[in-house]
Amino acid sequence: MKITKTNKKRIIKILVFFFAITSFSSILIYALSQNMIYFYTPTQVYNSEAPIDSNIRVGGMVKVNSVKKINNSLKVNFTVHDLEQELNVTYTGILPDLFGEGQGVVMTGKLISKKIFLAEEVLAKHDENYMPPEVADMMKEKNKEMFNK
Amino acid sequence: MNISKIANLKYFYKHTKNVSKILSFITFSLFIVGIFWGLYIAPKDYLQGDSYRIIYVHVPAAWLSLQVYIVMAVTGFIALVWKIKIMEIISIQSASIGAYFTLIALVTGMIWGKPTWGTYWVWDARLTSELILLFLYIGIIVIYSSFTDKRQGAKIAALLAIVGLINIPIIHYSVEWWNTLHQGPTVTKFEKPSAHITMLMPLLYMLLVFNLYFVTVLIKRVRLGIFQREKNTKWMENYLND
Repeated sequence: MKITKTNKKRIIKILVFFFAITSFSSILIYALSQNMIYFYTPTQVYNSEAPIDSNIRVGGMVKVNSVKKINNSLKVNFTVHDLEQELNVTYTGILPDLFGEGQGVVMTGKLISKKIFLAEEVLAKHDENYMPPEVADMMKEKNKEMFNK
Repeated sequence: MNISKIANLKYFYKHTKNVSKILSFITFSLFIVGIFWGLYIAPKDYLQGDSYRIIYVHVPAAWLSLQVYIVMAVTGFIALVWKIKIMEIISIQSASIGAYFTLIALVTGMIWGKPTWGTYWVWDARLTSELILLFLYIGIIVIYSSFTDKRQGAKIAALLAIVGLINIPIIHYSVEWWNTLHQGPTVTKFEKPSAHITMLMPLLYMLLVFNLYFVTVLIKRVRLGIFQREKNTKWMENYLND
């Protein structure tokens, strides 16, 4: 494949076309990236970056020992955190199978205040780790040992 | 110059018949092994149980949907600049294969999403950009097929393929650039992969098999593409009559 003069012209044409469209779409995406946020983190809520009393999504980890089920109803209260800030959540409904303490969640709902979130839908966010149950148990043990020391 | 180009197609068509047959057989056998490895031998996940096993189809399909796009764009670029017929055919035939991989990735992802996340579909950056990829593939196929002059059609389709290339890094990095429901990468990162070795090995194996499948189907489709374009030429008539 020799690069002749005509080839060169074509390459330049294609490159110009490509970069024009690419830069156009990058600017567009950059401008929209505020709206591309799929969910807010508890820290963002704490810093008042999320609007109160309108439909938003909040994602975080369920705090250990924070899930409280209310008897004879589907109501649950729990706390989500992102290692920095915490947010209390109230939800009425069925939780997904993977919901659990220490697991990630993404919720749709409304903020009543900076501290309380009323969830309408709770989705479990899965992390990218995959391991057999035996390995998971072993890691838990190890963590405990380290914690005890 | 023209003669050598046609000779090129002719050469490819004549010499790939047996290759494609052998490759089909190898791919199919390796695929059976991979499915058995992933669905039966690999251990359960500590959290998801057996439902995670869909990654042995989902991840390679999603990976290939990006990889095939790159192949399509690069061969399209070569076809545009150097006017090589076989590159045009490879580029446009990759589009249909890529579209299938994208569809498989989307559908298996939805099937997995319901039990894991609690929903089939969310409009987060990863899922949306992958859906756009499907539309790009379909757009390229439709544009190509709407031209009676296939060389002209291939030109426009290649141009669209090159422009759409911008979507590939967006899909790949979407889980890092934005907060998404979709989890981050398991294999393609600088640190150690986040899957246990007994689960990672069948995944990488399936990735290899899917690549082989792509090559196999591509050769078959390119042969078909050559036939469609050259069916009225003398060499094809002679070849078929032999």
